[in-house]
Amino acid sequence: MAVNNELIKNKLIEKFGDALTNFDEPYEMLSFEAPKEMNLKVLQFLYDEESLHFQFLTDLCAVHYPDDKGRELAIVYHLHNLVENVRIRFKVFTSSEKPDVFTATKLFSAANWMERETFDFFGVNFVGHPNLKRILNVDEMNYFPMRKEFPMEDQTRVDKDDEMFGRGGSII
Amino acid sequence: MRPVRFNIHPKEAVTSSAISVTEAPAGYTGDGFFTAKLSDVVGLARKNSIWPLPFATSCCGIEFMATAAAHYDLARFGAERMAFTPRQCDLLMVMGTIAKKMGPVLRQVYLQMAEPRWVLAVGACASSGGIFDSYSVLQGIDQIIPVDVYVPGCPPRPEAILDGFMKIQELVGQESIRRRNSTQYKALLDTYGIE
Repeated sequence: MAVNNELIKNKLIEKFGDALTNFDEPYEMLSFEAPKEMNLKVLQFLYDEESLHFQFLTDLCAVHYPDDKGRELAIVYHLHNLVENVRIRFKVFTSSEKPDVFTATKLFSAANWMERETFDFFGVNFVGHPNLKRILNVDEMNYFPMRKEFPMEDQTRVDKDDEMFGRGGSII
Repeated sequence: MRPVRFNIHPKEAVTSSAISVTEAPAGYTGDGFFTAKLSDVVGLARKNSIWPLPFATSCCGIEFMATAAAHYDLARFGAERMAFTPRQCDLLMVMGTIAKKMGPVLRQVYLQMAEPRWVLAVGACASSGGIFDSYSVLQGIDQIIPVDVYVPGCPPRPEAILDGFMKIQELVGQESIRRRNSTQYKALLDTYGIE
């Protein structure tokens, strides 16, 4: 039987019941959400189940929603079934006060650096990660740049010419 | 109105014969000898055989590859041997975006170069951070190393890179041989924290 979104959804609901919510299919890619304590159980199930066989983690990243109090940081896993060429998206939400999520490195080695990048830019603390430190930014940085409260621009510039950058000043 | 003036004093080519000859340095000629200032002669030798160290990081590196290739040919200016080692090179050409994480690496490469050394910042990103006004990009390499010539452009055309190289040649040709031991040079390096 072809592995399509219906089959995946039914198998997931059969195993986990009501814990999984927000089933959605944007652009025909199944996307669902689980509570953050269960993320490893869901990933393991998707990995081990023979008919599902999602053994390739293509992406692990985070999104910051500053307005959803209590659910500010979404950690998004993209999984791929190489045999049947099916992709799904799995989201886990956590608050920004205590952003602890279990690490997926024991299951997928690719998660190692991807989790370091997510920690570097969003501050998500992956519990159990072998080497959780900054990967792309300077080690001494003490803030998380991709969170919405921090500006993109370098704040230490002294020579910003507002007129040339199109802000204020006069065009004449 | 921001005044921008280009090429207000264009140099006329000397075309009285089919061959154009560069001028010899000022000196005293006699029967079988020619004396000139040591710094002139040394400058002439140095400027026509600058060995560059290409520190190519991104898109400007591709333009540098075009400059070094056959059509624009950097080698005819003496830059034939691009030794990728700081110990043996004169000119550090920084081409491309330097991230803040790369800063200490670039500084280390600069410190390993032997005097006399010059630095050419190619492109907008090396000169001032370019369009990447962001938390992760170093806003100009002159925050960490002293730069001699800046080549603007995103990316600069090979002709522009050659123009920058020729300006470096002018600097090299006119440099006093005592400059690297002078107090002003030491003061300049002190502002960068380099011994």
